[in-house]
Amino acid sequence: MVKGTSWQERLGRAWYGFSRNRLSVVGLVLVVGIVLLALLAPLVVPYPEHAGAFVDYANANLPPSRAHLFGTDVFGRDILSRVIFAFRGALIMAIGVLVAVVPLGSFLGLVAGYYKGTRLETFIMRLTDVFLALPPLILALAICAVLRPTLFNSMMAVCVSWWPWYTRLVYGMASSVRNEFYVQAAEVTGASKGHILFREILPNCLAPIFTKMALDVGWVILVGAGLSFVGLGEQPPTPALGTMVSDGAKYLPHLWWNSVFPAVAIMVMVLSFNLFGDGVRDMLAREEA
Amino acid sequence: MGLGRFIVRRLALSLLVLAGLSVLIFLIARVVPGDPARQALGPRAPEWAVENLRKEMNLDKPLHVQYYLWVKGLLQGDLGKSLLTRRPVVDDIKEFLPATCEIVVFSALVMAIGGILLGVLSASYPNSWFDNLVRVVAYLGIVTPSFVWAVVFVLIFGYIWPILPVVGRLEMGVEAPPVFTGFLLLDSLIFGKYEAFGDALRHLILPSVALALGGMAQAARITRSSLMENMGRDYALAQVAYGIPWRVILTKYLLKPSLIPTVSVMALDIAALFANAFLVELVFNYPGISGYGIRAMLNKDLNAITGVIMVLGVIFTAVNIIVDLVVAYLDPRVRLLGGSQGG
Repeated sequence: MVKGTSWQERLGRAWYGFSRNRLSVVGLVLVVGIVLLALLAPLVVPYPEHAGAFVDYANANLPPSRAHLFGTDVFGRDILSRVIFAFRGALIMAIGVLVAVVPLGSFLGLVAGYYKGTRLETFIMRLTDVFLALPPLILALAICAVLRPTLFNSMMAVCVSWWPWYTRLVYGMASSVRNEFYVQAAEVTGASKGHILFREILPNCLAPIFTKMALDVGWVILVGAGLSFVGLGEQPPTPALGTMVSDGAKYLPHLWWNSVFPAVAIMVMVLSFNLFGDGVRDMLAREEA
Repeated sequence: MGLGRFIVRRLALSLLVLAGLSVLIFLIARVVPGDPARQALGPRAPEWAVENLRKEMNLDKPLHVQYYLWVKGLLQGDLGKSLLTRRPVVDDIKEFLPATCEIVVFSALVMAIGGILLGVLSASYPNSWFDNLVRVVAYLGIVTPSFVWAVVFVLIFGYIWPILPVVGRLEMGVEAPPVFTGFLLLDSLIFGKYEAFGDALRHLILPSVALALGGMAQAARITRSSLMENMGRDYALAQVAYGIPWRVILTKYLLKPSLIPTVSVMALDIAALFANAFLVELVFNYPGISGYGIRAMLNKDLNAITGVIMVLGVIFTAVNIIVDLVVAYLDPRVRLLGGSQGG
């Protein structure tokens, strides 16, 4: 972090680092667009009432047209409206998971790194080994399976499989930072453990944490889509992208718009957050240097 | 530290991980809200039937005893009875797992060979149209979930251009070989059913490619960047200056060190293959472990869930060991210093 400069100057530098790659800017625009669409969904979608348990068999299975850009599903609901409403669940999932996982995982990594060579370190790091012994999707599937399928439960399930990555990331950095002179100096002057952990070591681990967070948004959305794809996520009639793809796949090829548009929506979401995350990485790497 | 000690250390660590995993899975299966026996039998089953099932599943005993009995069964190859199929879970897994393994192995091959090949080609012609094409396709491959590829493939090859089968493991009317190993490809070769072999192979193509694309894109990108980095090193520049042909430099000197990062990531990628196989098999209606697992999950068939997850954990741990050994072979620093990545 560059200290002693005005916030305008820091913002300018951050933007310079972020916007070196044009694709990152595209990602940012898309991310802002998706977030706005999700927030304003009831105001912007053509048929807000179609996001719930709405039935209109007279207008069922219509192919994409001017009235229904993405067509309608077997219940006559506008797919565009449902896709935009499904952005909400996907974003809530990603934000909820990261808000829970990042502080917890980072804290454990910080402790394990600082107390390297003790039993505490061994315990925490072997614990991450256990939780990483299964692919995140499978662990999340198993947890979702025994709980009732709701958005909140699927978020919890993903959390359980996600925290170890942050623990490992922070552990690697903390265990090297703790040998720096300024940490030793703080110890010699009798600083408290809390001060050393959070004021001396943690600030030096923040850049990689933020980079990983930005990149993880897309991956969490992907796992969430996988869970709802098998029916273990948000339950109907609330729209979820994965559910829409799997339901629509039953009606291939004639009603292709049922699954193709939600699938494209997943891809666009993940792509935007990846491009955005690359930009955040470039930005923070530049500040480090 | 020699290779022998490296392997012993690695195995000991894996046993520890598996022991921990068994606790984790056991706990997951016991946090079910409500009574698992009641859940399994439904709300209208009589009380005595529920009570009998509780006894059969050892749910009437204290938690640590339950765990002890479960692990004891696990070590003896007894995972309990599936409430759904009314058969031992082990038999179910034996029936369904080989099909999934065939897909995953096939798709790991596609992923590794395709990814490394694309990476090497784009590093050989950096910033050419080919390199740019690979870059765009790689991005697309990484952000697209494999179940979306599966749906797209079914749409294309099932209806628009039907040249490959999109359902199941064998065409109707093709005589299946007797079950010996459970691996259709092996069985059909052993019993000389070449028609079945060819047909099974054709059925593998689409699911495996749908699974492989994501990891392949990742492998291509990592291989490319690692090759580019090594190409700038002094030893490579010296060989170029000596006039050694590119093909020789590449195959003899550059490839081995450049593949270390690709192979290291491969363990995670293969894990992702197993996970995503759960979704892809559903789309292709492929009779593998995932269909069984998902059905167990949707019906809260606890014995089947814990069994499937535990078996996958064991397979995955084994894959990790193998990948570590390959990395140790490629990178002498790992086996000499005994440093394993991440903790």
